[in-house]
Amino acid sequence: MLKAVMRLFGHDDKPSGRIAKDRLRVVLIHDRANISPEVINHIKDDIIKVISNYMDINQHEMEISLSDDENSVALLANIPVKRIKPQVMSSRNMHR
Amino acid sequence: MSEVIVITSGKGGVGKTTTTANIGVGLAIRGNKVALIDTDTGLRNLDLLLGLENRIMYDLVDVVTGRIPYKKALVRHKKHENLFLLPTSQIRDKSSVNGQQLVDVCNQMRGEFDYILIDCPAGIEQGFKTAIAAADYAIVVTMPEISAVRDADKIIGELNRADKDHIKLIVNRIRSHMVESGDMLNMDDINDILAIECIGQVPDDEMVVTSTNRGEPVISNKKSLAGQAYNNIVGRICGEQIPFLDFRKKSLFDKLKQILHV
Ligand SMILES: Nc1ncnc2c1ncn2[C@@H]1O[C@H](COP(=O)(O)OP(=O)(O)OP(=O)(O)O)[C@@H](O)[C@H]1O
Ligand SMILES: [Mg+2]
Repeated sequence: MLKAVMRLFGHDDKPSGRIAKDRLRVVLIHDRANISPEVINHIKDDIIKVISNYMDINQHEMEISLSDDENSVALLANIPVKRIKPQVMSSRNMHR
Repeated sequence: MSEVIVITSGKGGVGKTTTTANIGVGLAIRGNKVALIDTDTGLRNLDLLLGLENRIMYDLVDVVTGRIPYKKALVRHKKHENLFLLPTSQIRDKSSVNGQQLVDVCNQMRGEFDYILIDCPAGIEQGFKTAIAAADYAIVVTMPEISAVRDADKIIGELNRADKDHIKLIVNRIRSHMVESGDMLNMDDINDILAIECIGQVPDDEMVVTSTNRGEPVISNKKSLAGQAYNNIVGRICGEQIPFLDFRKKSLFDKLKQILHV
């Protein structure tokens, strides 16, 4: 009860039941897709290869995951970019 | 024409055997002829929950290997005369019975019983595959906990893969005060995630433990909330439309009764 009141005043964080639901959603997307962590890692390596042609990226902080978006599953990649490679910018300029 | 129902869960200890015993007794009380088959070979428990542990002569392994006809292995319940248990072996292991063998036994039994309930072992290995092989439909038991729901989802996937797509859900051991404070997955969450028809919401109830101690399933205990919940499940299996219990209201009422000593 006290907890509920605290929540009302924004003193408490998410109820743990809600956290459980959110975590379940994510883990079940992976379970249902039946993709092994190995395959995810291959995808990650391939993405790094392609992106690295154009940008310097922070490989260690890169995150890749599946997520559900209403009715469909999305592949989310969060790739911190350190800088765009100069030759990329110039080649774009050349096309102009 | 009999109906063969498997009670399964993936995760262990969520209440499959308790559910099987209670539904079995409930169906029998309503006048159905019921057989309960324990397929948790090596970890036999259904006999204990029914108070029949001292009456076992033969077991499922004896039947499937053709040593004896199934009728000889059936143990009749003391109180409920149209309830029978086909116990499994406590000394053999899960590989002693395969799916086809269980299908054959159930086919022999179908003519005699209105309902055949199969108590499934935990896990998704051979024992699970054997248990579901003969089933017309499946009841998945889970608890409002993250790991139990995840395993239920996995089991639903496995059942679909085995072309068993007639699946119902029972959520067991609900703690209403935790649901109320937001600290337990609630029924909407679970229905959202698993998306199969729910036929039971059973509260966590100490009377389940005491009735198990006595070998008398809690469904016979009118004072028990879990017993009432099981009774409603049996009604729904028989096709009745019954609303779900509101444990919260009830438990407040119970507390009041306690205070007033009535
Ligand atoms: N609604 C309930 N309230 C309180 N205790 C319960 C409830 N349901 C089951 N239990 C208890 O939980 C324990 C596990 O139940 P049970 O043996 O039926 O689970 P199971 O799924 O068959 O386990 P296993 O996977 O080992 O076969 C038992 O001690 C039982 O008394
Ligand atoms: Mg069991």
